[in-house]
Amino acid sequence: MSTTEEHANEVPAEIADKKETTPETKKESAIGYVILFFFVGLIASLIVGWIIFPRLLYSQKSQPFDFNHAVHLDLVDEGCQSCHYFREDGSFSGVPKLAQCIDCHEEVNGEDPNEEIFVTEYVWKEREVPWLIYSKQPDCVFFSHVAHVSEDSLYDGKDCVTCHGYHGESETLRPYQYNRITNISRDIWGHNIAGFARNSWDRAKMDDCAKCHAEARDAASRRNLKAPTTRFITNIIDVAFPGTRPAGKGSSVQTERGACFECHK
Amino acid sequence: MNIGRRSFLSFLIGGAAGTALSPLPWKLTDDISIWSQNWPWTPVPATGEVTYANTTCTLCPGGCGISVRKIDERCVKIEGTPGHPVNDGGVCPLGSSGLQVLYGPARIKTPLKRVGERGQGRWMAISWEDALAQTADKLTELREGGQPQSVACLSGRTYGTMPSLLQRFMAAYGSPNFMTVPSMRDSYALTFAAMNGQTAMAGFDTENTDFVLSFGSGIIDGWGSPVRMFRANSAWQGGRGKVVQAEPRLSNTAAKSDIWAPIRPGTDAALALGMAHVIILEKRYRSDFVSNYTTGFDAFKTMVMAGYSPEKVAQITGVEKNTIVSLARSFARASRPLAICGRGRGEVPGSMNEFMAVHALNALVGVINRPGGVWALPEPGYIQWSGPDLDAVAIAGGRRQRLDGAGSSNPAASLPNRFFTTVAAGEDYPIEAMFISGANPDFDFLNNQRVAEAMAKIPFVVSFSSLMDDTARNADLILPDHVYLERYEDVPAPMGFQRPIIGLCRPAVTPQFNTMHTGDVIIQLAQTLGGTLADAFPWDNYEVCLQDTLGDQWDTLVEEGYAMDEGFSPAPWADMFGSRKFDFTAAGIRNGFVPVPIAGDDITYPLVLMPYDSMRVASGAIGNTPFMTKTVDENVLLHGMAFVQINPVTAGSLGLRQGDKAELTTPAGKAEVRTDLFEGIMPGVIAMPRGMGRTPYDKKLMKHGVSTNPLVSSVEDPISGLEAAWGVRAKLSKA
Ligand code: SF4
Repeated sequence: MSTTEEHANEVPAEIADKKETTPETKKESAIGYVILFFFVGLIASLIVGWIIFPRLLYSQKSQPFDFNHAVHLDLVDEGCQSCHYFREDGSFSGVPKLAQCIDCHEEVNGEDPNEEIFVTEYVWKEREVPWLIYSKQPDCVFFSHVAHVSEDSLYDGKDCVTCHGYHGESETLRPYQYNRITNISRDIWGHNIAGFARNSWDRAKMDDCAKCHAEARDAASRRNLKAPTTRFITNIIDVAFPGTRPAGKGSSVQTERGACFECHK
Repeated sequence: MNIGRRSFLSFLIGGAAGTALSPLPWKLTDDISIWSQNWPWTPVPATGEVTYANTTCTLCPGGCGISVRKIDERCVKIEGTPGHPVNDGGVCPLGSSGLQVLYGPARIKTPLKRVGERGQGRWMAISWEDALAQTADKLTELREGGQPQSVACLSGRTYGTMPSLLQRFMAAYGSPNFMTVPSMRDSYALTFAAMNGQTAMAGFDTENTDFVLSFGSGIIDGWGSPVRMFRANSAWQGGRGKVVQAEPRLSNTAAKSDIWAPIRPGTDAALALGMAHVIILEKRYRSDFVSNYTTGFDAFKTMVMAGYSPEKVAQITGVEKNTIVSLARSFARASRPLAICGRGRGEVPGSMNEFMAVHALNALVGVINRPGGVWALPEPGYIQWSGPDLDAVAIAGGRRQRLDGAGSSNPAASLPNRFFTTVAAGEDYPIEAMFISGANPDFDFLNNQRVAEAMAKIPFVVSFSSLMDDTARNADLILPDHVYLERYEDVPAPMGFQRPIIGLCRPAVTPQFNTMHTGDVIIQLAQTLGGTLADAFPWDNYEVCLQDTLGDQWDTLVEEGYAMDEGFSPAPWADMFGSRKFDFTAAGIRNGFVPVPIAGDDITYPLVLMPYDSMRVASGAIGNTPFMTKTVDENVLLHGMAFVQINPVTAGSLGLRQGDKAELTTPAGKAEVRTDLFEGIMPGVIAMPRGMGRTPYDKKLMKHGVSTNPLVSSVEDPISGLEAAWGVRAKLSKA
């Protein structure tokens, strides 16, 4: 009901406007306004999209207490894997459990207030530390660490850096930023809201996995003997049964010919 | 200023263009898709170190070996232990959903003292110190008042250190009223005592049988050790043997059998005798066994010849004459036949007459203690505690008559059934305190209104249940035990297994709540009471007691998870029946078929209601897990309403159609049900699964369906005194 009434009022007002202005002035000022408002809209939305939206999208928490990776790395003999080790069955232990820390931290050793929090609040109370994991992927993602690192890198951590950056050398833990919609760590999408990444560890989305896999595949095909054979076979199939082999489309590293999605749809 | 419609539209277009040039839409799309793939409420298994804890399942008497898969300290899955002699890697629906028992909301988290009315569910959490002190005070008071006999105890388990500790406590305290919950195991034991002439447990060499004649036993509906029977059944299906199922209803077992013989309910013994008639008439029995190792064969022969010709038996049982003859022939012709009984899961002990008639068939074909046959196993003998020494109070109390009358006029070891009737009637001396461990009599006993009446007369009821079951809910004090995945216990003698074996139940996780092992409770109570009681329980705790008791076997148990007498073979006939021959004329069978009368007259109650067992519905002290309830078909349970299976012909005569609401009335009670028209059930018979309709537990189980137990009147077997009701007369009318 009320809408009908509103409409009823609007129409005569517009007609009245048209009557009062001359056609010329009306046209010029109208075009000026139209352009002005276009840019107002454009700039406002760009500000919203690039500046306000990212601020709204992410929230942050601080870790239960601070931790100095650099200090610990100096003290251990076997690099990253001294604490982040592979279990006998090949599964990755991830963030250390209390039991691993207890050997050294049964009592407060130093002056650092963070150590004191750790010992009194967690070790003595036998509570696991609820670390916020920057690199935690969503639950639907399956990732096997053991397939991604070489034997050497277990000691020098070279392969760890590829995805985790120089976290192992950090002296303090930065705030943990997470997406308010998905609850997932900001490190997965990357800190650049547009998704640009300068380093291989800046993002950890599927595209980034695929990119690395594509590179590895190309590198392999250059040196691997299997690749020519595979190519040969696919060529035969293409000639003998044209159109039967699934052909990838597009230029994405995920969907192009030979990429993951060609078979894993 | 002139801000018209065009300007506004232009603003919107600019906004749209700007938005498209910003990351907002692309990022939001991505986030929403991630969010929708990872609903926060979907439980996700934790990641962590994977380990397996090998233990033994105690959720039913099956004694399966289970491997609990753990991620760090959380149990995530239960699997059967590969290579375990009982279940070799298999597990049943109840066993596999045991984690819902461990982590489910029905757990009792701390000792509870009742504050409201009984059954109201109002509790006060108390400390273990208080709980034990209050129990000890009560026990001291009764003992000092010279009435130790007024304390009774009911144990759900028959063998092992736990029931033995409870029994020892009762003896040292001075009460004769220790009982276990009977089942077909007791009926078999009594049959063996009467016919074989010795105390033994029944074992079935089903792995080597090639012809199974089952009198209503739910081979794949939970009989014996359920997983083991599934495996045996698969082997028979795969060509290793034939299965004949005599049963009024097309159960799963009947559906999978080679021959299903629908039989009038309660006439199984007559069918067995009819088959004996054919076997004897055609001289198909094992004459070497019969002539050398049995007595009373002539009398038995005269009896079956006179009264059980196939024609007569066909009239009694409804099984066709020719079928009887051909079944008898193929049974006797098979090289390793086996006849079994114990209805459904075998939880109701049943009619001795039936057990004896079936055992007589096994004797005729000479499969007692033979490959593929029924074996007499020694009862577990590893518990060799000395004493206990009794003081004057204990001696006086122990001399009093047991309230269930077992052991004196009756051969049965315990008759809790009769105990509750006696207490409800207020006969003899009163019971002042009752301890219940591993049993749920308020739910499980037939005609359980009697149990409620009896409980109402007992002023102090203590439950050791880990779950809020019907009995715990009506108790005065709950001293919650750990659940099986948190505790140590020996699990001897899986139901029906043919070799002596002990399984070790051991903690897969540390206790999740403030619970205490009932063994420890008993030891501590005894030590608090002092004197001869304390002397009878010299162990520091239950674990020490268990290790001491198992002696040499402990190491094997820890290493293997079980200890089995691999080389066991049953005693040869000459040893077993050398001095005391097999008796064909034991009291229960001498006079032929004696039907167990069920309650109700057939004019008021024209139908017969038979409870049936299903692998998808647990009926013991452990209730259905939510997982199992989900597997129940919607023509068995729908929106909490239970269905009765009824033959379409019977339904038609009552004007009932599929899914109609109806009122089910028996002499014992009433229930609202729906009808499920099922051609696989005899006309005039209706059936419902046993084990549903529990009151407490958690919200998912409460009031789901209808329990058959309050509907079925209890009937005592005239020989054993054990529960023998196989059904009840009933009436169904459209609601
Ligand atoms: S059959 Fe019985 S013992 Fe075996 S897994 Fe199932 S509940 Fe447990």
